[in-house]
Amino acid sequence: MKKTVFLGALTVAGLAAGVAAAGTLDDVKARGKLNCGVTTGLVGFAAPDANGEWNGFDVAVCRAVAAAVLGDPTAVEFVPTTGKTRFTALASGEIDMLARNTTWTFSRDVDLKFTFTGVNYYDGQGFLAPKALGVSSAKELDGATVCIQTGTTTELNLADFFRANNISYQPVPIETNAEAIQQYTAGACDVYTTDASGLAASRATFEAPGDHVLLPEIVSKEPLGPLVRHGDDEWADTVRWTLNALITAEELGVTSANIGEMSAAAGNNPEINRLLGTEGNLGEMLGLPADWAAKAIMASGNYGEIFEKNIGESTPIGLARGLNAQWTNGGLLYSPPFR
Amino acid sequence: MTTLTDPPKGAFRLSMLLNDTRYRSFTFQGIALVLLIVAVAYLANNLMTNLRELGLNISYEFLGSPAGYDINQTLIDYDSQSSNLRAAFVGILNTLLVAFLACITATFFGVIAGVLRLSNNWLVRKLMAVYVEIFRNIPVLIWIIIIFTVLTAVLPGARSYLGEDPEKDLLFGYFALTNRGIYAPAPIWNAGSGVVVAVFIASIIGVFGYRRYATNLLYSTGKLLPMGWPTLALLIVPTVLAFFIMGQPIGLDAPDPLANRFNLRGGIQIGAPLIALWFALSIYTGAFIAENVRAGIQAVSKGQTEAAAALGLRPRRIMNLVVLPQALRVIIPPLISNYLNITKNTSLAIAVGYADITATLGGITLNQTGRAIECVLLLMLFYLVISLGISALMNVYNNAMKMKER
Repeated sequence: MKKTVFLGALTVAGLAAGVAAAGTLDDVKARGKLNCGVTTGLVGFAAPDANGEWNGFDVAVCRAVAAAVLGDPTAVEFVPTTGKTRFTALASGEIDMLARNTTWTFSRDVDLKFTFTGVNYYDGQGFLAPKALGVSSAKELDGATVCIQTGTTTELNLADFFRANNISYQPVPIETNAEAIQQYTAGACDVYTTDASGLAASRATFEAPGDHVLLPEIVSKEPLGPLVRHGDDEWADTVRWTLNALITAEELGVTSANIGEMSAAAGNNPEINRLLGTEGNLGEMLGLPADWAAKAIMASGNYGEIFEKNIGESTPIGLARGLNAQWTNGGLLYSPPFR
Repeated sequence: MTTLTDPPKGAFRLSMLLNDTRYRSFTFQGIALVLLIVAVAYLANNLMTNLRELGLNISYEFLGSPAGYDINQTLIDYDSQSSNLRAAFVGILNTLLVAFLACITATFFGVIAGVLRLSNNWLVRKLMAVYVEIFRNIPVLIWIIIIFTVLTAVLPGARSYLGEDPEKDLLFGYFALTNRGIYAPAPIWNAGSGVVVAVFIASIIGVFGYRRYATNLLYSTGKLLPMGWPTLALLIVPTVLAFFIMGQPIGLDAPDPLANRFNLRGGIQIGAPLIALWFALSIYTGAFIAENVRAGIQAVSKGQTEAAAALGLRPRRIMNLVVLPQALRVIIPPLISNYLNITKNTSLAIAVGYADITATLGGITLNQTGRAIECVLLLMLFYLVISLGISALMNVYNNAMKMKER
């Protein structure tokens, strides 16, 4: 029977053993496909449409990286991961990068040995409650039953918030967003808590979204961003600067409409020229073709376009730019310069 | 050549390890053992090397640090500042609770269904066949989810019981069935309640004593004492008397619909996840046990039943006194493995948000600390110990029940 323990350990070890020491970029190029970890389905961020094609805000990041590295935004294998499986999937090498509204925290970065390559959405944990409940603040939730996605930072934030306010609650840990929504709509829990963006996205799928309110409290900082394995800086740079390229493109006014023209020949703005590869050799430094950033932007537009198309105010999810506006517009998005 | 002698005991030569059948098996076993050790050592070494390359080390220090999360069903004191180890204990107790409850009810369902499958009544027989075939041929995870979904969808929300003028009144003023679970009154132990409990325990012992006395009397003199009503009277009358003599020291703490705007407060809450998990495991494993029971009964030769009937025993007595005691010898060994299955299947609890050991130590703690290998090793150790423990206990019972060779 002791063998069982060992064999089990070996299974885990087998997972760990798959990790290549370095060279994810080369692996992806050789494979001709990017394995990108996404959610199991959160409308607006990552969800397959009626044709089985993945769409969304996080999906766009995957596609941009695939376009930058492989020149083809469709060369992506989307791997749905839950809050519990995502880190194992990344650490084991099953996926090359994780773009799954994952919060950048100290322990994940340092202790779990991952590298966060930036922030693509500044979020915070909120509460969704039925209007009929008559609750106007999360501090009135004493004794409430709270649905929560297990394996996420929200679990700890929730415990901290209720402890700090000296009120009690009953947690109902749920594995996926879909199950949590089902429990919430059946009334098995009074409120549902997760990142405010996720709540807005889920509310958009309700029959009567107007019957539910987001409580005003945002109880945590949740900078969400793509991450890769620690120790492969070349690959981390690739993902980081692809994301920066999307953000810079919006700042510099490069859109999917004008990029064809702009990337054809060098213009007057040297930073745009460097970004799009018509001047300098930034692509070569990354080990990518000169037009890598142009390809990434062509995949689904610049950051602003991706935001508006997937989760912006014109979509059912209806999120305002808020903190996620460019720094020039009072937001937090601030890409280091392309130089 | 006068007598038969032992074959010559020639000195042991190395070649005998291959050529002599007496030693050959040792050779092969030795080789197999060495290969196994090498394989295990290689894999363990591979694990350690890879972990080192990743910059990770095996450490159990996280068990002492605060867990940071809350758990909805805790049998021992626990809050978010308790250690991960305590969270694991909360999970272990929850696992054991649901496994214990499910083992009892599964046996109950299984024995009844197994006996009824052999009923002479066509309808009953077929109904039980349908039960067994439906439940054991659909994965238990699906049953857990179906039952939980039905519970949450069919039962009213907790809020319909709340407020000054609720939509629904408490059942008998004490019980509430909601989609978050069943609320029941909790006993309040006031001064003097110890006496009542002591009397109750004493009367239970008394019942056993009386039954043993009656059986002995029957066997030695053939005199038949009534069993049913004295048992009931012994069980109830002294306790009720003590209860009133001591001035009703045990009160009931009913769920209070006014204390909170979200949930009933007070009393005991049996959560919907526990109910769904318990019920699903019971009926699923009950279907397997039913088949064991049927096999056990059919293994008892028909002559036994006929002989008992010829002696004038009634059908229920035949079953209880003649058939079941012999059938138990066949039933118990597979029953052990069904109990083990229940215990291991409790790890599906997270599907309905029940905080068992897999959900706490193997779920939230694992996620928040990132110590996957350590947590999984601990989990395996726990399930191994529990399973071996159950199997040891059941083997003791099996030895007590098996045929005594005289």
